Amino acid sequence: MPGKVITITSGKGGVGKTTACANLGAALASDGLKVVCIDADIGLRNLDVVLGLENRIVYDLVDLIEGRCRTRQALIRDKRLPELYLIPAAQTRDKSAVSPSDMIKLCDELRGEFDWVIIDSPAGIERGFRNAIAPTDMALVVTNPEVAAVRDADRIIGLIEAEEKGPARLLINRIKPNMVKRGEMLSPEDVIELLAIELIGLVPEDENVLTGTNRGAPVVLNGKSRAGQAFRNIAQRLRGEKVPFLALDENGGFLGKLTRMIRTGGR
Amino acid sequence: MGGFLDRLLNRDSKSAYQAKERMRMVLIHDRVNMNTNTLENLKNEIIGVISRHVDIDSDSVRIEMTQEGRQQRLIADIPLKPSRRRGSG
Repeated sequence: MPGKVITITSGKGGVGKTTACANLGAALASDGLKVVCIDADIGLRNLDVVLGLENRIVYDLVDLIEGRCRTRQALIRDKRLPELYLIPAAQTRDKSAVSPSDMIKLCDELRGEFDWVIIDSPAGIERGFRNAIAPTDMALVVTNPEVAAVRDADRIIGLIEAEEKGPARLLINRIKPNMVKRGEMLSPEDVIELLAIELIGLVPEDENVLTGTNRGAPVVLNGKSRAGQAFRNIAQRLRGEKVPFLALDENGGFLGKLTRMIRTGGR
Repeated sequence: MGGFLDRLLNRDSKSAYQAKERMRMVLIHDRVNMNTNTLENLKNEIIGVISRHVDIDSDSVRIEMTQEGRQQRLIADIPLKPSRRRGSG
């Protein structure tokens, strides 16, 4: 069966696209699936440092597309997970070095060898986003419960639909349950109602994400992290498994269940 | 929804409530690229056209954008005045 291409996008920068890409890639690869993460943010390379692979780069995405190396040479194998690979972005070029049809051609080749191809889209709605979305089978829109991120997510969802790459799935990242409880942060229900697309995951704010990034180790590898558990659940949903959702019922039931889930490590 | 329970619990003064209400309006206008000014002009033109054919209660006309999933709808509620001929006998 050919591999599936998913694109992680958001519109706004800084909401956690690269973190989501690294963690979903690591979660799928730790289940024994063969995964390649592509950093499509040309000129602002970041996925390599988040995965701790910055010292292993020889060739990048633009080298591969312009034919200066073979696909195998551009694939960097992860340090910990033998099934996880990275194709890094070029750091010294800009987005015009790659076209949507280049990305389609590359992903068609990768589908033959990998179970999952995960593309980390750049922020914005320009060429880089169009490159990232062109080959996709499923777009994940990452947002935070915050007005600017929600507004930009809505723009991106509209563009994904216009490009006939929908329906997009929603990943709400950096939720602070205590603030939601106090009525000082948009709740997951609020965000889902506003954006009106299907949810794929809720990730709570968690310091382990930053400490993991500091070390170049995705948080899914940390068995105690709440965010890590949330990303593992999303990876299972991508595989079509019915992981029980944090119940989003009306009267704060979600918070109780999220809290319980966090305490028990998701079981 | 600014319901009774919301008012009872004073939820509508919370910042999340305000964020949601503001975003509801912003997203509706972003999606169809229409601002309040355009909507007001549209309303006045619709009132003009309809009044040429039938008497309407122009002060009570309501034209609003609503959302159903990701589908936006323009809803017009235009109350008609009772016919003068019949009224004055």
